[in-house]
Amino acid sequence: MPSAVVDKFFRTNKLPQIWCPGCGHGIITRAITVAVEKLGFDRDKICVVSGIGCSSRATGYLDFDTLHTTHGRALPFATGVKLANPDMKVIVITGDGDCTAIGGNHLIHACRRNIGITTIVFNNNIYGMTGGQYSPTTPKFDKGTTAPYGNIDKAFDISNLAASAGATYVGRSTAYHTNLLISLIENGLKNDGFSLIEAISSCPTYYGRKNKKGDAVNMLEWQKDHAVNISAASKMTPESLEGKFLIGEFKNSPEPEYTSEYQKIIDRFNKE
Amino acid sequence: MKRKARLMQGNEACVEGAIAAGMRFFAGYPITPSTEIAELSSEKLPCVGGKFIQMEDEIASMAAIIGASLTGLKSMTATSGPGFSLKQENLGYAGITEVPCVVVNVQRGGPSTGLPTSPAQGEIMQARWGTHGDHPVIALTPSSVRETFDLTIRAFNLSEKYRIPVILLMDEVIGHMRERVELPDTSELEIIDRKRPAGNKEDYKAYKADEDLIPPMANFGEGYRYHVTGLVHDETGFPSNSSVVADKLVRRLADKIEMHKDDIIQWEEQNTEDADIVIVSIGGVSRAADTAMKMLRSKGLKVGTFRPITVWPFPEKRLEELAEKVNTFVVAEMNLGQMVLEVERIIKNKAKIERVNKVNGEAIYPEEIVTKIEEVL
Ligand SMILES: Cc1ncc(C[n+]2csc(CCOP(=O)(O)OP(=O)(O)O)c2C)c(N)n1
Ligand code: SF4
Repeated sequence: MPSAVVDKFFRTNKLPQIWCPGCGHGIITRAITVAVEKLGFDRDKICVVSGIGCSSRATGYLDFDTLHTTHGRALPFATGVKLANPDMKVIVITGDGDCTAIGGNHLIHACRRNIGITTIVFNNNIYGMTGGQYSPTTPKFDKGTTAPYGNIDKAFDISNLAASAGATYVGRSTAYHTNLLISLIENGLKNDGFSLIEAISSCPTYYGRKNKKGDAVNMLEWQKDHAVNISAASKMTPESLEGKFLIGEFKNSPEPEYTSEYQKIIDRFNKE
Repeated sequence: MKRKARLMQGNEACVEGAIAAGMRFFAGYPITPSTEIAELSSEKLPCVGGKFIQMEDEIASMAAIIGASLTGLKSMTATSGPGFSLKQENLGYAGITEVPCVVVNVQRGGPSTGLPTSPAQGEIMQARWGTHGDHPVIALTPSSVRETFDLTIRAFNLSEKYRIPVILLMDEVIGHMRERVELPDTSELEIIDRKRPAGNKEDYKAYKADEDLIPPMANFGEGYRYHVTGLVHDETGFPSNSSVVADKLVRRLADKIEMHKDDIIQWEEQNTEDADIVIVSIGGVSRAADTAMKMLRSKGLKVGTFRPITVWPFPEKRLEELAEKVNTFVVAEMNLGQMVLEVERIIKNKAKIERVNKVNGEAIYPEEIVTKIEEVL
């Protein structure tokens, strides 16, 4: 995918990426760089932090200060970076497993603190890196290598979870709906507090194959056919929304940001 | 300048030392008997422009201090027993990524939730091998309130100098003990900061070590735009599957500490010149060992003490030398025998080794060491 943003923001000598052909993660990673380009941020003041998973490998390809951490822990590492240096724009890249299973507790607390971090969850409904085990977002009855008879867990709705835990900006888009995705990431980055953008990705290699979802193109078409923008949804009947999922901006309610609140405590001692 | 002596707890001396060393970031999660370190950090850090955060658990606290240190702030966390277990994965991360930070473990009775308010020394081996994979470790063991102050500074200095997480391995005796101490003026302290890169930002190779095996460290946010990963990485910091790269990295990390052992290792010994018997102990137990030595000396027995100040790396060379003349080493520790394994490994058959162990939640009393020595004589 040659383009100006790729040349500018990717470590092009590290390409091609490790992702499978047709993986949705590349599209989402590129969308992040487009949003950064549009906002014109100082790239030397951007730190991108990730956990472990296929999605989390994205940091290696992005030409910023990048921190590829341990499984599930990207948010607490990012919290340290942000609180230590609030001048930095901190972006977290994480997967559905990374963010809501092993890292679930960190997620709700980062939301609650409303610390200035923009988190982009690459949700492919599966553990890709370890070979297709079911994740907290695998739909009920779908299959994974550890759910050969169908998954009996109920799936998390990551956006709703983040919004109710206190994130002040929340939106969802898909790898197919890239323009919406870019604008949500842009708005998320403009929000001083904690933003979460759920990016529906696709893993044709494991989730697709296990669940007979066809090839990469079929999976993107599925996203196109099943996503309904929240603004349109209000005018639709419950029957016509059956089997669909919502995309769009779910929450935008700025509140005081954590590190600026902390700065106020420091300032009390600077007054003389 | 006249300095006021102050009555102070070990945990408080730790925070005083940390701030004097330049600590400007602390992340923690409350746990007895280390909680005062978090409480005092939350109070004192904002006054010096530093940051404190209470994270959701110890895993997160360990992660946060690594993130903070990457931006250039000297960072610390403190915990006890169960929390130290939780820190292990990210402690290893700090090791392979060579991010300076200080991890305090005020040991309490274990295993598991164990004896929350009682002293123990059950994590000597965990401090060495708690995180997975081959890795070097520096762990310091103070045995007084004043020494806690000094060793906290040293922990920061060593971690900055060698780019390694340093463990301050305290025990409940030292953490909660109150002593009258006179702290030195900050101008008298030697403070070491991490080695910074020179030259072009574009040419910076984040993990290219100098001859001392230590790579200079840039801070995030300064325009170096480098990559940090817990995967095996080459000099540029990017992951590699090459067996040559893997071998080189894991060996360099170990050699980095091995090469500078003489600068790192510290111990204290008393009355060893003529000693037939030497009591080996660390931390809170060393106080009982001192008294025991005096009691036995007054009875005419030639007893000395040997106290590793860096329990890791262990003062191996000196112990080996002592074994040439000493008949019996008595290793006293508040566990079922951990440090003694290291002593046995070093001394082999050159001297007799006896053990004094206690795991009932009480400190070791001097009389217990005396009794043991009189028994084995
Ligand atoms: C502590 C720990 N447990 C387990 C793993 C193994 N592991 C690596 S990636 C992963 C799942 C990643 O799934 P997800 O976050 O959904 O990302 P994806 O690969 O699908 O993009 C697991 C379980 C690990 N690296 N560390
Ligand atoms: S396994 Fe799935 S998530 Fe991982 S790179 Fe391949 S397609 Fe993408």
